Amino acid sequence: MSHAIALWSFRGFVYSSVKREFQAKYRTSLLGIVWMVLQPLALVSVYILVFSQIMGARLGGAEGRFAYGIYLCAGLLTWGLFAEVLGRTINVFVDNANLLKKLSFPRLCLPLIVLLGSLLNFSIIFGLFVLFLLASGNFPGWVFLGLLPVLFVQVLFSVGLGVILAVFNVFFRDVGQLFAIVLQFWFWLTPIVYPREVLPGWVSQWLVLNPMAALIESYQSVLVHARWPNWVELLPTFLLALLLCFLGLIWYRRHAPDMVDEL
Amino acid sequence: MGTMSARGLGKAYRQYASRWGRLAEWLLPWGSARHELKWVLQDISFEVAAGEALGIIGMNGAGKSTLLKLITGTSHATTGEVRLTGRVAALLELGMGFHPDFTGRQNVFVAGQLIGLSGQEIAHLMPEIEAFAEIGDYMDMPVRVYSSGMQVRLAFAVATCKRPDVLIVDEALSVGDAYFQHKSFNRIREFGQQGTTLLIVSHDKTVIQSICSRAMLLADGRLAMQGEPEMVMDYYNALIAEQGQSTVVQETLADGRVQTVSGTGEAVVTQVTIFNSKGQPVDVVRVGEPLVLRVMAKVRAPIESLVLGYSIKDRLGQVIYGTNTWHTGQALVGPKVGAIYVFNIAFDANLGVGNYSVQTALVASDTHLSSNYEWRDLAVVFSVVNVDKFAFVGSSWMQPVIEVGQVDEVNAVNLATDRAPSQAGAL
Repeated sequence: MSHAIALWSFRGFVYSSVKREFQAKYRTSLLGIVWMVLQPLALVSVYILVFSQIMGARLGGAEGRFAYGIYLCAGLLTWGLFAEVLGRTINVFVDNANLLKKLSFPRLCLPLIVLLGSLLNFSIIFGLFVLFLLASGNFPGWVFLGLLPVLFVQVLFSVGLGVILAVFNVFFRDVGQLFAIVLQFWFWLTPIVYPREVLPGWVSQWLVLNPMAALIESYQSVLVHARWPNWVELLPTFLLALLLCFLGLIWYRRHAPDMVDEL
Repeated sequence: MGTMSARGLGKAYRQYASRWGRLAEWLLPWGSARHELKWVLQDISFEVAAGEALGIIGMNGAGKSTLLKLITGTSHATTGEVRLTGRVAALLELGMGFHPDFTGRQNVFVAGQLIGLSGQEIAHLMPEIEAFAEIGDYMDMPVRVYSSGMQVRLAFAVATCKRPDVLIVDEALSVGDAYFQHKSFNRIREFGQQGTTLLIVSHDKTVIQSICSRAMLLADGRLAMQGEPEMVMDYYNALIAEQGQSTVVQETLADGRVQTVSGTGEAVVTQVTIFNSKGQPVDVVRVGEPLVLRVMAKVRAPIESLVLGYSIKDRLGQVIYGTNTWHTGQALVGPKVGAIYVFNIAFDANLGVGNYSVQTALVASDTHLSSNYEWRDLAVVFSVVNVDKFAFVGSSWMQPVIEVGQVDEVNAVNLATDRAPSQAGAL
């Protein structure tokens, strides 16, 4: 509770930090804010045009020329958010060592700034994707709202995991290095560029153990098939996310005092 | 509001034999502790009442910075606790949270929010911050084009834009030009006068003595001494001069002040007396009276050279005047063992009204840091009274000649641009 109050009293700082971080990226360039749109636009176009149109990849069980492109975007964009939040949270204490050593302020502001910054980037690229869906007549309708709870679970999951690893990373910098590798494997072990159906049966069973698989498949279900997510399959991930957040808080409280000494 | 207290404060860092030690300790709950504690601060207790100013001194590595971190809360104490009341501001490092690509004004907002101010408050205080920093148009330019002095000015202006109940100052102030140092220092002094509790870490004797009502000496992570700034400062200076060569003795004089005598003892001062123009020993002198300070020194062991240094200090221990016989070209080369040398120093007491003390030093050359035979604070004390001069204030008597006249307006303009009459005549 005390953490929440402290964070609330520093909301101004969190807000300006997110804003500043966002502006800093484009401030010294000529085109400025245009880059903010150009890069994601290029990415979305590549996925959709190259894979659907040029390579003519088709997705089993879904109609439409853009089905595979949309499938790809649904998984890649949300995975991108996950990877960004996790990757930056892991290094958040190490990167801000100087600030932590010299100033006394609620330290959980830092992961929050990371999260909000990543969500902002995500909303731009995802917004472009939604525009494409509307323009091409592939918008799923009311089912779209089903994305919100899924996104919420994903945020909980990545922040909880991120804070735990961030504390670890202060004491053992190996964690940051190791995680870059783990993330690679994790990406290919999640049905993002391929559908679950192409996997042999025995591998497919093990996907139950991958909490990200349930999340990504929910996004795909909404965006590609216009079906509500399978809430039951999401439940284990949700519980795990809650557990991680809870453990993260305990873990953080236990080691925060030592953290500054180690930085 | 604005009190500070520490009880049994201690800080130890954990030292592991290897990095794996910590991992084992984390993951194996049944295992014994695999670290050793390295104590950098132990058993520090003190109280600072609201509005008081406490100075902390100590050599490098004595634990001053660690203590400040514990007090500000960036680092956690291993033992004991710190209690603070009121709004605390710390000037440990200036310019935290500045981003080089943003303008000074934008950075002021973030830096201000980082110390707990709201956006509204900052907007309200912005004109004052701008005025204090005196960086003009640079306020709206990116911080990366600032000189380091400008950054410090702006950072200081933000950090002190609102008077805190407790202000913690590290030696950060030794940055910036003389003008800004003076200005920032005045602000701290004003805060003190308005009731802010101050905690100042500095090596600068004048800072400690002119601002602080009490000083604390840290040595090897422990509280070595606490008391009057002058006494603690004298002890500290003696400690530096010593570096373990011999002992430092402090005695309480009849008037309750503490005299510090230190040195290796090859030569010692046996007597210090002040005589007036009639040759009578005195301890109360008139402003401007001709005096003779007589110092007798005995050589107890063979030494290459002997230099007598002395300084006259005011009530706060600040040096009003000081010199030595090395500077005057009167160093004694190869003084005889067992001989007593006499130094007669004649001067006029061109001092303001007040109490003064004389400190003597017997050394080998121009500094007491190389060979320090004896260093004696409060060797003799005397008071200056104003009997036959007109009233004046200050620490020096500078007899003026004041001319008063009347001029018409045209001449007034000319006079304002002309040189002063005496200077014009000289040129």
